[in-house]
Amino acid sequence: MSAADLTPDLAAKVAVAPVTRPRRHVSTRFLRSELRLIFGRRRNQAGLGILAAVPLIIAIAVKVSTSGSGRGPDFFASITSNGLFVALAALTLEMGLFLPLAVGTIAGDSIAGEANIGTLRYLLTVPVHRSRLIAVKFAAITIFSLVATAWVSLVGAVAGLALFGGGDMTTLSGTQIAMGSAVLRVVIATFYLGLCFASLGAIGLFISTLTEQPIGATIAVVVLNVMSFILDSIPQVSWLHEWLPTHWWVSFGDVLRDPIAWGDLARGLLTAAGYALVFWLAAWARFSDKDVTG
Amino acid sequence: MSEEPGDFAVATHGLTKRFHRQVAVNAVDLRVPRGAVYGFLGPNGSGKTTTIRMLLGLIRPTAGRHRLLGMAMPDHAGDVLPLVGSLVEGPAFHPYLSARANLVRLDCVDRHADPRTTTVRVDGALDRVGLLAAADKKYRAYSLGMRQRLAIAGTLLAPRELLVLDEPTNGLDPQGTREVRHLIGSLADDGATVLVSSHLLSEVEQVCTHIGVMHVGRLLTQGPIAQVRAVGELRVRVETGQPEDAARVLRELGLTDVAVESGVAMGTLGKLAAEKVVVAMVHDGVPVTGFALQRPSLEDLFVSLTGEGFNVSG
Repeated sequence: MSAADLTPDLAAKVAVAPVTRPRRHVSTRFLRSELRLIFGRRRNQAGLGILAAVPLIIAIAVKVSTSGSGRGPDFFASITSNGLFVALAALTLEMGLFLPLAVGTIAGDSIAGEANIGTLRYLLTVPVHRSRLIAVKFAAITIFSLVATAWVSLVGAVAGLALFGGGDMTTLSGTQIAMGSAVLRVVIATFYLGLCFASLGAIGLFISTLTEQPIGATIAVVVLNVMSFILDSIPQVSWLHEWLPTHWWVSFGDVLRDPIAWGDLARGLLTAAGYALVFWLAAWARFSDKDVTG
Repeated sequence: MSEEPGDFAVATHGLTKRFHRQVAVNAVDLRVPRGAVYGFLGPNGSGKTTTIRMLLGLIRPTAGRHRLLGMAMPDHAGDVLPLVGSLVEGPAFHPYLSARANLVRLDCVDRHADPRTTTVRVDGALDRVGLLAAADKKYRAYSLGMRQRLAIAGTLLAPRELLVLDEPTNGLDPQGTREVRHLIGSLADDGATVLVSSHLLSEVEQVCTHIGVMHVGRLLTQGPIAQVRAVGELRVRVETGQPEDAARVLRELGLTDVAVESGVAMGTLGKLAAEKVVVAMVHDGVPVTGFALQRPSLEDLFVSLTGEGFNVSG
């Protein structure tokens, strides 16, 4: 059987079939499409709503309670003096579960979600190179992580400033800093935590390549997160603490010292970068030759 | 084989896939000539979809290699897949997005697509499968038939030289099936090669130039449809008021597998010239009211190749 077997007009058509070498466009369309999928999805919008509820509850609860101080995280006591502390208190409260859960949901969805509904095979046959898919998915997770953290801070800052006002801020070192400097420090703290959560997202991305059940991947991320916090609270394994993915998260409070205590923050960023790199590579290695049968 | 690899839109050599101990696809050598409409036939579970997944690089062959449009896969996937439209194991889209948003999503991830023409191409593809009026409905509200059409629309977002359509008529009503057949014909007229898999023989018979038959992971036969069907032998069918007499004449002429039904005598012709049958009937005074030659249907052919019915899963 050869081209000669074909009818003459068919053979003619084959002969004139254009030999096209498709052009490739370097663009951010894929990433923007990912972000539209993430932020356009009702479930995720509802999740962001829940994240926003925490700073609102804190601000209102502190406002209506008669005793201005009491037990609780450091930042709570300072809220009445400067509304910006609502943002920091909200981050402290959401650091343990809500924000990791949000990032875990997006990360768990990244590959497993597409595999689960079958769209993964259509992405790959477009074609999307598998390395590019992993890279874009991780970029989207990182952006979501930063946006979700910033969202909590923003809602907290706005609610706090509305209810308690702003002005000079008293740092944890007891010194006074100007409002502009205070805002900058809250931004730095937010950015720092956003990157920390993104490293957890890299772990989620890897788990997401192992399964076709996005919920399973999300649960695994949350379990790992909680496990890390538990291990961090057991003194007998203190040698392990500094290597835990969540250990340096609380260091975000160091931006409120005067001057900013960069040591632990740098260590935290290094740990986050390490986890992100290792698990991103693991995801890539796992996914690049995986059979896509879903 | 002496042909240039470029002669074939799809050429596989010993393509094999083993899942644990089960061999899903066993040393398949597909040859789909450029410009052909190739019917890839076989019952459910015969290895068609696994073969197609390997062709598109979704799963890694255990053994063997293959080329698409003359280019080695999976090394040249980035160059060749943009020219290949595919529908694999049914439609799959984001349920909470509209049909249009789903196609735009596919276009967004395509580095070869021109964003300035997205709207035109998406609407063109939706129009071609008759979904333009329902373009803004959520995918989850789509019926199975509409989903199938949307998946076909997804393959039409860019000009293609090869279309790989896995069971494209699944879930379609007879009208929809006819439309898909028509669509395949028009794509072929545009110069595209079409590889269409189906477990419904009659559906494919009408539109294909070539067929290949899979059974339990093996490719039993392939080639131009006339050539494949010529393997089966011609049968004569004589309508008459005296079928027993007619059957006797057929036996005397040396026909085999002679059978009698009400008012009809049948037999396999062998090397005998068909016109001699009627002459002999008339000579013996058997009143002939109708006479026909029958090529075996693909279904008969399949049974003769496998010794099994077509609906048996491998």
